[in-house]
Amino acid sequence: MSTQTQGGQVPGTTRIHNIGYRNYDGPRLGRAYARRSLYSQSLRGAFGLGRSAKSKVLPMILLGIMCMVAAIIVAVAVATPNMTDLPLKYTRYAIIMQALIALFLASQAPQSVSRDLRFKSVPLYFSRPIERVDYVLAKFAAMASAVFVLTAAPLVILYAGALLAKFDFADQTKGFAQGLVSVAVLSVLFGGIGLVLAAFTPRRGFGVAAVIATLTITYGAVSTVQAIAWETGSAGVIQWLGLFSPVTLIDGLQTAFLGATSAFPGGEGPGAGVGVVYLLVVLALIAGSYGVLMRRYRKVGL
Amino acid sequence: MIATESLSKRFPRVTALDRLSLDIGPGVTGLVGANGAGKSTLIKILLGLSPATEGRAAVLGLDVATNGARIREQVGYMPEHDCLPPDVSATEFVVHMARMSGLPPTAARERTADTLRHVGLYEERYRPIGGYSTGMKQRVKLAQALVHDPKLVLLDEPTNGLDPVGRDEMLGLIRRVHTDFGISVLVTSHLLGELERTCDHVVVVDGGTLLRSSSTKEFTQTTTTLAVEVTDSDAHPDGTAALRAALTAAGLKLHDRTEDGLPGAGHILLLEAAGEETYDTVRDAVAELGLGLVRMEQRRHHIAEVFRPEAAKAMEVQA
Repeated sequence: MSTQTQGGQVPGTTRIHNIGYRNYDGPRLGRAYARRSLYSQSLRGAFGLGRSAKSKVLPMILLGIMCMVAAIIVAVAVATPNMTDLPLKYTRYAIIMQALIALFLASQAPQSVSRDLRFKSVPLYFSRPIERVDYVLAKFAAMASAVFVLTAAPLVILYAGALLAKFDFADQTKGFAQGLVSVAVLSVLFGGIGLVLAAFTPRRGFGVAAVIATLTITYGAVSTVQAIAWETGSAGVIQWLGLFSPVTLIDGLQTAFLGATSAFPGGEGPGAGVGVVYLLVVLALIAGSYGVLMRRYRKVGL
Repeated sequence: MIATESLSKRFPRVTALDRLSLDIGPGVTGLVGANGAGKSTLIKILLGLSPATEGRAAVLGLDVATNGARIREQVGYMPEHDCLPPDVSATEFVVHMARMSGLPPTAARERTADTLRHVGLYEERYRPIGGYSTGMKQRVKLAQALVHDPKLVLLDEPTNGLDPVGRDEMLGLIRRVHTDFGISVLVTSHLLGELERTCDHVVVVDGGTLLRSSSTKEFTQTTTTLAVEVTDSDAHPDGTAALRAALTAAGLKLHDRTEDGLPGAGHILLLEAAGEETYDTVRDAVAELGLGLVRMEQRRHHIAEVFRPEAAKAMEVQA
C-alpha cells in the first residue's frame, strides 16, 4: 500500500523502487472527457494513427490522392496564362472524387464500429461512465470528421492555390465557403450511412462490401435512369430521381443552395423549391442514421 | 459494498431475479449459481445498465437506479466472454479503457503499465493481443477492470477456459486484488470448490433467489472431501478394501458411495477431512499397509452438492 521509495532521493545513490500496488487518487474526468477521448481515438483511427503500419496505408493513400489531384489542378491553373478562375468549382470536387470517398468510408466505417461489435468490446465501454448516447455520438462525429478532413483538405489546397494565382479574392472565398458547407453536409450524411451499414455487419468484409455497394449501386442506378429520362425527353423527373442516392442528394442540395453546377444530365439540378425537399431528405437520413445506431446499441449493452 | 432489497427482474418469459435481498461487505465474495441462476442479470443491475423490475439495489452506497454513472466510475467489470480486439497490444487497449474510465492521458499510461505488471504481463504487453494464450487474455481482461483503481470489481467467471494451473494462478491473483490492492471483489462461478479457497464469503443463488449466504469457513467445514487412491500389493490384493478397513479403524469417517461412472471409481475412497491431521492419518495408514499412494486430493465440489439432502441437513445443523 505504501508508495515510499527507500534509499534516498539523492541522484546517484541506489534507489529501491517499491513495486507494490499504488492507489490512484488523481482526477477522474468523467463522461464528457471519455466521450472526447473516444472521439479523438476513433478519428485518429480512421487514418490509421495509433494503429498498425498496415492500417495506415489505405487511408493515407486515399488522402494523398485527394490532395494530389487538387494540387495538380492548382498547378495547371497557376501555370496557364490568362486564367481568372479555377478550372472547376469547389463544390464539384467531391462529386468528381466520389469513388475515393466511398472507398475511404467503406474501409474505415467497419473499422470504427464492427470491431467493437465483433470482438464484443462494447460491454467494456458501457460498464464505464459513458453511455450509449455518448458512444454513438462520439463514433458518429468521428466518422463525419474523418470524411470531412478527407474532403475539405483538397478544397483548402484549391483555395490556397487560387489565392496564390491572384484570382478574385471575394469570388474565391465565397466559392470556398460554399464548398466547405457542402462537404460538411456530405460528411455527416456519408458518415451516418457508413456507420449504420457497418454496425449491422459485424464481419468487416461484409461491412466494406455493403458500404461500397450502397454508395455506388444507388449512384449508378440513379444516373442511368436520369440519363434515360434525359434521352427520352422527360427532363422534369431528373431532379426527383436525384433523391435516391447519397451522392446525387448532395449534388442536388448544393445546386439548389450553394451555387453549384449540377452534374445531372443537362445540368437539370433542382431549384430552390425542390431543393427544400432535398434538404429535408438529407436531414431525415442523418437523423435516421442516428436513430438506427441508437437502437442497434440498445441490445448489445452487456 | 453491495446491498439489494427484494430485488426482482422479470422478463416476459422468465423471472431472472426473484425478491433477492443481499448484503455484501468488503472482501472477496463469491457468487455461486448454476448457469441461468441470475448471476449476470444481477451484475447488469448492479452496474446500473438494466433497471430492476422492483426492489432496490445500492453499490458503494449509491443507488443503482439514479447513480449508475458514478457507480461505474468506481467499479470495474470483467465480462465472462471474450472482449479483446486481436489487432492492438495489451498496453494500447488498456490505456484506451483507462481513458474511457475518465483517467487523464498520463495517468492512464502510468496506471496501465502498473496494472499490467501486477496481473503478470511483462514484455508481451507490447505485442498484439491476437497472439496471446487464454491465460494471458484473462489477465488483460482483469487488468482493464482494475486499471482505474476501482473500489469494487465484478468478475464474471474469471477462470472460464483456463487449465488447472492457470485457474490457480487466476484465483491467487483475485485473492491479491483484495489483500494487496485493497479492492473488494465479487466473483461469480459455478464451481463452489474454487471459490472456497479464494473467497471470504460465499453467496449461493438459484433460480433468482438467495439459497445461502455465509462465510467460506462454514462451507469448507461441511464439504471438504478427500479422495484417496492406492495400489494393490502382494500382501493386500485389494488395497482399497484394506485401506478402508484401516482408516475406519483409525476413526475416520468414510463415505459409503464411490464416484460412479468415473475412471477407477471402485478404487477411490472418499472420506471427510476433519483437518490437517486427517492427511497425516491417511499417509501413515497407507505406509503401514505398504501400499502405493496414487493420489490424495481435495474433491472439487460442484454447486449441486449444496442441494444434496445430506449436505443441506449438515448445513442446517451448522446454521
